[in-house]
Amino acid sequence: MQPENKEIITAERFISLFEKNRAFLETFDTKALVKIREDAMASFTRLGFPDTTMETWRLTDLEESFNRGYDYHLQPFEDVDAQKVFRCNIPHLDTAVIGQLNGWYVSKDVPLMELGNGIIMGSLADARKKYPQLIEKYFGTMADDAGEGFTALNTAYTQDGVFIYVPDNVKSPKPVQLINVIHHDQNLFLQSRNLIVVGANARLSLVHCDDSYNHQASFSNIVTEIHVGEHGVMDHYKLQNLNNNSTLISSVYFRMEASASLESHYISLNGGLLRNNIRVLFNGPHGTANIYGIYLMDRRQHVDNQVFVDHAHSGCTSNETFKGILDENARAIFNGHVLVRRNATKTDARQSNKNILLTDTARVNSKPFLEIYNDDVKCSHGSTTGQLDPESMFYLRQRGIGEETARMLLMFAFADEIVTKIAIPQLRQRIEDMVKKRLQGELQICEQCVLHCSTPEHPMEFQIDMSKI
Amino acid sequence: MLLQIKNLHASIHGKEILRGVDLEVNKGEVHAIMGPNGTGKSTLASVIAGREVFDVTAGEILYQGKDLQKLSIEDRAREGIFLGFQYPVEIPGVSITNFMRTAVNEVRKFKGLDPLPGGEFLRLMEEKKRLVEITSNLTNRSVNEGFSGGEKKKNEIFQMAMLEPMLAILDETDSGLDIDALRIVANGVNKLRRPDNAFVIITHYQRLLDYIIPDFVHVLFEGKIVKSGGKELALELEEKGYDWIKKEQE
Repeated sequence: MQPENKEIITAERFISLFEKNRAFLETFDTKALVKIREDAMASFTRLGFPDTTMETWRLTDLEESFNRGYDYHLQPFEDVDAQKVFRCNIPHLDTAVIGQLNGWYVSKDVPLMELGNGIIMGSLADARKKYPQLIEKYFGTMADDAGEGFTALNTAYTQDGVFIYVPDNVKSPKPVQLINVIHHDQNLFLQSRNLIVVGANARLSLVHCDDSYNHQASFSNIVTEIHVGEHGVMDHYKLQNLNNNSTLISSVYFRMEASASLESHYISLNGGLLRNNIRVLFNGPHGTANIYGIYLMDRRQHVDNQVFVDHAHSGCTSNETFKGILDENARAIFNGHVLVRRNATKTDARQSNKNILLTDTARVNSKPFLEIYNDDVKCSHGSTTGQLDPESMFYLRQRGIGEETARMLLMFAFADEIVTKIAIPQLRQRIEDMVKKRLQGELQICEQCVLHCSTPEHPMEFQIDMSKI
Repeated sequence: MLLQIKNLHASIHGKEILRGVDLEVNKGEVHAIMGPNGTGKSTLASVIAGREVFDVTAGEILYQGKDLQKLSIEDRAREGIFLGFQYPVEIPGVSITNFMRTAVNEVRKFKGLDPLPGGEFLRLMEEKKRLVEITSNLTNRSVNEGFSGGEKKKNEIFQMAMLEPMLAILDETDSGLDIDALRIVANGVNKLRRPDNAFVIITHYQRLLDYIIPDFVHVLFEGKIVKSGGKELALELEEKGYDWIKKEQE
């Protein structure tokens, strides 16, 4: 099958491409999946791509991104050496690293790994063949195909991505790292679909990285569905370090069963246009969700965090803390929407967004928003935007610290409130290091968030030179 | 001469605060600057340190013969000027260790010295902590965050001890301190006195001067030093208040 040529992105292109390749896409589908695909395509045909006339897209204009033109592949293409891209051997299942290249699962030997304790992880494409019932039970049950054009398109085109299943009462012994690298010599549109199931009383830490390998333009539409069962615990990290020509639409749908708990961290270090749709549904009482975000943007970079938390049951606690530092002409949008439904008594919901603008031309639009249909709740929201504190600057400089270093210290301190929430020590150090490098303008876009692999050519060290910050 | 201030005029947002200050400080001396509230004591300290919100409209400040106004805030600090803040700033997220390591090493770099090795730095921290009787583990604490008034002031003296300045200006370091903290702060200063450094102690009350014996006492009033004398001047002020100074000026 030939790749679609470098065309601009329009709804018509994807509608007709779907019709032409429908049989191919459905090759391994169960009946239920065929139906989900069909419904999703009908939704996409109705919704199309979002534009700035829509409230949640008002400030994120995709036209420039769409018009760059991209290849789109319906099959994996092996034009690069995966080993080289990942810069280290992709270790076997015991190290729990999963690689994705251009949205396709990279399998060294095993496309799907089954651990002794019942944990399954690997390619969604293979899981669809091997575990059709398991997939059917969860796939498409969280994603909002009816309301989101990008999500509907992703569902309709579902092929590959990552599937992780942690059975009831099993605690994943190590964090799983999912590395999604984009590497192609042409502009590339890519979609991938991830499904993560954390069973009742189960536990999973997932580090999900989106990285570029070169400066070629790309447009990613990635949808991840995450189910956390009763009393399940999910520790989720999303790291974004993409090049300035990349557009990423990342939609993550969390479904939290009774007493489930979630910590989610969004760390946006680089990218042309980053859009994070973060949706949390409390599907039972007494759930907890802490969602933290830090974004460090400069040049003409654009980051848009849309967080929607649906308190559909009583006694749930949610907390959103997003912080950003914007330099040059960067733009950030924070839109936090908490919905407290009529029956959701004893809800505790908090939202906070703080920004530092380093220039007159950097811009922030912050809109924490509570929609409450219940009196028995504790809710708060707040938003601040300002410059680095001149009193603190004077204090640091009076101790002999140069102006540039003092700025760096204060910016890092600002970001640190979020970074310190990272529970995995090596990851916290690695991200501290990346944040410092980013603030110093030294972070390479191909610097990957790889945690586990270390080779003589690319030793993994997380040392931080304290004297430099 | 370490510091020579000649006819210094300074204003903030167009309002003149200092109206012709003259002051000379030699190595080995302790000077106390006293005066009623709002007469420009803190402004004088800030102008010497280089706080940018003040405009120097006339006069000059010479430090070791150099024109201070040509130096940035950090270069003044690196040349050995230390300001103990009246209200030390809380900086969440910056640990004291990291702050001090950065400061010490930037000063060392300015002097052409290599950074202090980690072990040596930590030993130095422990030694200087003892000087101001800081017993808590500062390593993981952010600068001044959640500190009591006394802890903040002790922390200022600790930083001074770490940086070993030539000229330390302590701006109302005694304000808000109980008698124990006052004694600790004063002891710290006394231990750091050397023949080659100098202190300018700004205070509203005489009480700190029971512990730190000044060589000279100056009274700043309406932006000028209107009276200078020995340590007995402080006692006279304590006894009579500032009213007689005001009357003398009228």
